[in-house]
Amino acid sequence: MGKLLNVSSSPHVRSKETTQSIMLDVCIAMLPATAFGVVQFGINALLVLIATVVACVLSEYVFEKVTKKPITICDLSAVVTGMILALNCPASIPLWIPMLGGVFAIVVVKQLYGGLGQNFMNPALAARCFLLISFAGKMSNFTLDGWTGATPLAVLKNGGEVDLAAMFIGKIPGTIGEVSVIALLIGAAYLVFKKVITLRIPVTYIATVAVFTLIFGGFDINYTLAHICGGGLIFGAFFMATDYVTSPITPKGQIVFGILLGVLTGLFRMFGGSAEGVSYAIIISNLLVPLIERFTLPVAFGKEGKKS
Amino acid sequence: MNKCIERLYNGIIKENPTFVLMLGMCPTLAVTTTAINGVGMGLSTTAVLVFSNLIISMLRKIIPDRVRIPAYIVIVASLVTIVQLLLQAYVPSLYNSLGIFIPLIVVNCIILGRAEAYAAKNGPVESAFDGIGMGLGFTVGLTCIAIFREILGAGSVFGMEFIPEDFRITIFGLAPGAFFVLAGLTALQNKFKAPSATNGSVPQSKLACGGNCMNCTGSACMANHTTLETLRIQAEEEALAAKKAALAKKEAEMKAKMEKKDE
Repeated sequence: MGKLLNVSSSPHVRSKETTQSIMLDVCIAMLPATAFGVVQFGINALLVLIATVVACVLSEYVFEKVTKKPITICDLSAVVTGMILALNCPASIPLWIPMLGGVFAIVVVKQLYGGLGQNFMNPALAARCFLLISFAGKMSNFTLDGWTGATPLAVLKNGGEVDLAAMFIGKIPGTIGEVSVIALLIGAAYLVFKKVITLRIPVTYIATVAVFTLIFGGFDINYTLAHICGGGLIFGAFFMATDYVTSPITPKGQIVFGILLGVLTGLFRMFGGSAEGVSYAIIISNLLVPLIERFTLPVAFGKEGKKS
Repeated sequence: MNKCIERLYNGIIKENPTFVLMLGMCPTLAVTTTAINGVGMGLSTTAVLVFSNLIISMLRKIIPDRVRIPAYIVIVASLVTIVQLLLQAYVPSLYNSLGIFIPLIVVNCIILGRAEAYAAKNGPVESAFDGIGMGLGFTVGLTCIAIFREILGAGSVFGMEFIPEDFRITIFGLAPGAFFVLAGLTALQNKFKAPSATNGSVPQSKLACGGNCMNCTGSACMANHTTLETLRIQAEEEALAAKKAALAKKEAEMKAKMEKKDE
């Protein structure tokens, strides 16, 4: 009887996907890049990863315990935040810096705004920018095989030549997760295959960056390819710009969002003071998402579009 | 005298310009990079505020209502110029680090706000004490923010360094850090219910949410509807009773008249 008269609000038909299963997929998709980073940068990269994830999960648990909210660490969103933040740090960083970033990401950017689904910008990226401003030297100290080198983007900025093949495989200095394009693409393919993300945002984002660098870089294919493979563009486009909470839900809006990201990234990289601009481009675009969604609202079924 | 002390309490705690009234945010966020800057800015503003309140209060019956804002600005600007020249002469280091924000005291909303809200309506002594209270409240606010920012961002308090350079969080010395610290301190002040004009001292509403729209969801909303309904019914009943009473009175008068006629 109780089952027959079950009164509930819509939706009545649900898929088997849960926050937990989606977050688990994202974690799995980040594994190739993580493994590559650990192999390339050594045990310190693994320690940074573990420390950041632990800091994120623990701060979420403590915050929710203190404010007497339901504990949501089992939905794995804090783990994903921690992983993204760690993959955005160089391996040589002292462990307490990414841990501080993890606490900032969870407590200030996520929980103070109401927890998962209410955060107005990507917590991991906001924390990365927080760390980048606070500890500029340590956050951009990239070492590889014992020597400190400039990232390919910094080399490009100063007018040098870069090795495209090395960038594609990942034998370059950079943050733990962003170096290997091939490992990131494997993870991205998994996400697309599992239908966790659609290709709209990443493809428009990368294409816009390509067009932008092609036009303003003097129609040099090598230069454009280096910009696509270099820095955090691939990582950002597939794993961070596609965050459900901070990207538009309307299809048209996602394309606008991708183009906006591409233009901002191009501007920051080519005309800005620093060599990299993906994180700033993403968090600035995050802030514009409500506006984009308002202007790209699809016409409801059964209603006519605007008459011309 | 009692009123003067009440003014001081009001300015420093109950209506603290920084944490309760949220006035003068521009200098609050801009100059609080070091504690000494915070104290300097706070005291400069206090000096201007006391004398502007005093002068405006004394001239309040002379200044025509229509041109009062330009008149206030002239008074405040003269005082700010005096303070600026004094700072430049006697504490050049503070003058240099505060920079453009000293002339900008002219347009600080605390000063115009107090002139408009208090000095223009009250006597000179109370107004001067209001200025002292508000000024000290502003100084306390700025100094609190500045101490936190200096410790976190530059690893020192009043210039005494005690945190090694590796452990300083530079962002707290920049604009975003000012917002973080201001928000954090205001939240603490609200959390621990320091006596202020925005919590506690206002009469409680009869509604379930206490008149606070942020608490008005779900069951509180339903309870509000019931309360409003009872209030409406009460009001209707009262109106009906009043009508009846008026009618009865009229009838009684008529009766009295009739009886008079009969006689």
